[in-house]
Amino acid sequence: MARHALSGKAVIAGIGHTAFGSLPGRSPVSMIVEAAAAALKDAGIEKNLVDAVLVKPPTSNPAMMFQVGVSEALGLQPKLNPNWNQGGAANIAMISYAVLSIEAGLCDVALICFADNPKTGSRHAYGSAKGNDAVFGLFGTLGPYGMIARRHIEQHGTKYDHLGAVAVACRRHGAANPHAQLRKPLTLDEYRASKPLVAPFRREDACLVSDGGAALVVMSARRSKELNVPHPVPVLGFGQGQTAWDMQLRADLTTTQATVSAKTAFAMSDLSPSDIDIAQFYDCFTIVPIMTLEDYGFCRKGDGGPFAAEGRLEIDGDLPMNTAGGLLSETGMPGMQLIIEGVRQMRGEANLQARRARNCIISNQGGIMQTHSTLILGQSL
Amino acid sequence: MRCSHCRNAFLPARFECPACLLPDPKWEEASGKARLVSWVVYHKPPDPAFDTRVPYTVAVVELDEGPRMITNIIIDDPESLRIEQQLVLCIQQEAGVAVPRFVPV
Repeated sequence: MARHALSGKAVIAGIGHTAFGSLPGRSPVSMIVEAAAAALKDAGIEKNLVDAVLVKPPTSNPAMMFQVGVSEALGLQPKLNPNWNQGGAANIAMISYAVLSIEAGLCDVALICFADNPKTGSRHAYGSAKGNDAVFGLFGTLGPYGMIARRHIEQHGTKYDHLGAVAVACRRHGAANPHAQLRKPLTLDEYRASKPLVAPFRREDACLVSDGGAALVVMSARRSKELNVPHPVPVLGFGQGQTAWDMQLRADLTTTQATVSAKTAFAMSDLSPSDIDIAQFYDCFTIVPIMTLEDYGFCRKGDGGPFAAEGRLEIDGDLPMNTAGGLLSETGMPGMQLIIEGVRQMRGEANLQARRARNCIISNQGGIMQTHSTLILGQSL
Repeated sequence: MRCSHCRNAFLPARFECPACLLPDPKWEEASGKARLVSWVVYHKPPDPAFDTRVPYTVAVVELDEGPRMITNIIIDDPESLRIEQQLVLCIQQEAGVAVPRFVPV
């Protein structure tokens, strides 16, 4: 196989984000403007070069036509301005669309952004029940993800300590990150002592709820050279897969279409798991990185838990994961922070810089694992 | 629910069969037998309406006829549950509504 012609054609030229945590009084639009200004400054370009604004709507208030208000606040009238309703998978899906649109000549410089304020605003979106599920008391995301974790535990021998190892790794990395919302490290003993919330999950198995915004600037590698962008990071591959169906309707709860998403991204970049040095895996719940390791081909089904328990995901392991803390420790933001940390690692400017940093893989997902997207980044040009 | 055309059995209820896409599926009485696919135990009430009910068990079950559904398992010791365990339907009346729950065989 050879690299697809699109592989390496585009770059992430700039990254920006607000503070993470409680940001009372800040609207999502306001946070996007702050993050976008930071990303443009990071890329070293003026805002008038942006001709595409791609927006993932805020989970807690996915208002109709939210994206046009974002463009208005940014003082832009872009050629492209989609509002991408795909949950956490939207971030990488929007990068994919930006790369394709740039290649097709539909736009030149894309701004990709997201912000939400569920911590100081409404958390309703994370705690509601779907239809008849309310009668049975199945509310929020802990329950459905807990079903997936329980099945994995029973079917593949995954242990509570394996779930704990994922939380310990992310919390260790987040504790070292000055921007992280939760900077308190977690020991496995503390994890074990924690009471079940929705068994098999404890509080430490679940991601944070956070206010904050983030933005990325995407352009072609050629354009980044013309514009003297200081640290462009090449997009080597991307892919998607949609599990789509409700959790209870899936024939096997312990695997998802993340397999297809990763396979597509690996094929585009002509890389395999053995070429990947760093992972930023969506960790809304501790079971998810374990399944991602398996579904992406880093290990066999059932070996994801032991992989984590051996410390291999920690900064001194052979596949450092969520090196800024992920959703469990840096911010509960649905996925942009993982891309931003991947970019930092590929630039060699991460807070906890991995020793080997040739390629980084990033997983994004949405809903109850309904939507999946994968991104592979290469070393900064 | 069963498709009148391809005989596919499915839940939740729909106007068209998700396998062959043809309309007019019919309701059919199920045997009430099922197997346990997975379960969780709520220790913290997700809503004030469940304050007096915790801890309670929510499960995914697969009916013998094929469809899968969300339900509750009526059990004192959820730690004793195992995947693939056989279950049987137990309809409970709640605020005038017949709620389909399951108990271990």
